[in-house]
Amino acid sequence: MDAIDRALINRLQDGIAVTRRPFRAVAAELGISEQQVVDRLQALVDSGLLSRFGPLYNAERLGGAVTLAAIAVPEDRYEDVAELVNAYPEVAHNYAREHPLNMWFVVSTERPDRLQQVLEDIRHRSGLEVYDMPRQREYYIGLRFEL
Amino acid sequence: MTDGSPGMHALDAVDRAIIRATQNGLPLTVEPYATLAEQLQLPLEEVMTRLQGMQDSGAIRRIAAVPQHYALGIRANGMSVWDVDDAMVDALGEQVGALPFVSHSYRRPRHPPQWPYNLFAMVHGRDRRQVEAKVAEIARLLGSACRGHDILYSSRLLKKTGLRLSG
Repeated sequence: MDAIDRALINRLQDGIAVTRRPFRAVAAELGISEQQVVDRLQALVDSGLLSRFGPLYNAERLGGAVTLAAIAVPEDRYEDVAELVNAYPEVAHNYAREHPLNMWFVVSTERPDRLQQVLEDIRHRSGLEVYDMPRQREYYIGLRFEL
Repeated sequence: MTDGSPGMHALDAVDRAIIRATQNGLPLTVEPYATLAEQLQLPLEEVMTRLQGMQDSGAIRRIAAVPQHYALGIRANGMSVWDVDDAMVDALGEQVGALPFVSHSYRRPRHPPQWPYNLFAMVHGRDRRQVEAKVAEIARLLGSACRGHDILYSSRLLKKTGLRLSG
C-alpha cells in the first residue's frame, strides 16, 4: 500500500456519486487514470485491505429489522455456540469481546417478524440468555478511518 | 438521523435484483453502473435512477470503500459503553457521535443488573493506549451525567458478511 492507495481509501470512504464515470474526479485529484483507480481498488479488495467497495445498504430502510445481541457464553462452550450463531444467514457480524457478555453479534432480517424468531431460536438451542439491544437512536455514522 | 422515523423504501423486483447483485460490491470498472446494467440486462439509466432513488431515501447510506480496519493496522477496536442519565443522553450522544474518532454512536436499551449501559460509542485506534486516551476524552465530555462506563475490546472476529438479501 502506497500513498496513492492511502489517499484512495481516505477519499473513497465518503462515497462516489451515481454518475456514468464516478471515478473521474478522484482520478484527476490523484493524477492517475480512472483505470488505475479501479485496478488499485480491485487490488485492495483482493488483498483484504478493503472488505468491499460498493453500496452500503441500510437494512431497516429496506423494510427489514436489525439488532445487536449479546450472550454470556461459558468458555468451554464458546466454539460450539459461535458455530450455532454463525450458521444463521441473518447473523451478519459476530465478535468475541472481553467481558462477561463475551459474544456480540448483529442480526439483520428482511422480514421484521423474523428477527425475534432468530433470537428466540438461539436462546432455545443454546440454553443461554440472548440480550437484545436494538438501536433506539443513531447519533452519527461516520465509519471513517484516516490513514 | 434517528431510527424512530424509518421512512421505508418499498422495493420491487428490479430494486431487489440490483441489491442482490451489489451487496458484496460494485463491479470495479471505469463505468461500474454500466457494467452492472449489462450484467442485469437493464438500461443504464434505469440502474442509475434506482440507485440514486435508494440513496435519496436512505436505503443506501453511500456507495463507498469499506475498509477492513484490522488489516489496515487499526488493531484496537473498543466498544465503549456508558450509563448516561436518560434526560441527557440524546444531547450528549450527538456530541459523542460528532467526535472524529467515534465511528458509530447509538442509544440502546439497558438490561439491569447485567447491563446498565445505554450509550454505545465505537472507538478505533492502533493500540489500546490510543483507544483509552480517546475514551478518556469522551468521559470528560459526559462529565457527571455519566454514572459508569466500560470498554469492550474485540478479541476475535467470528463472522463478517455484507447484507444478505434472500429470494
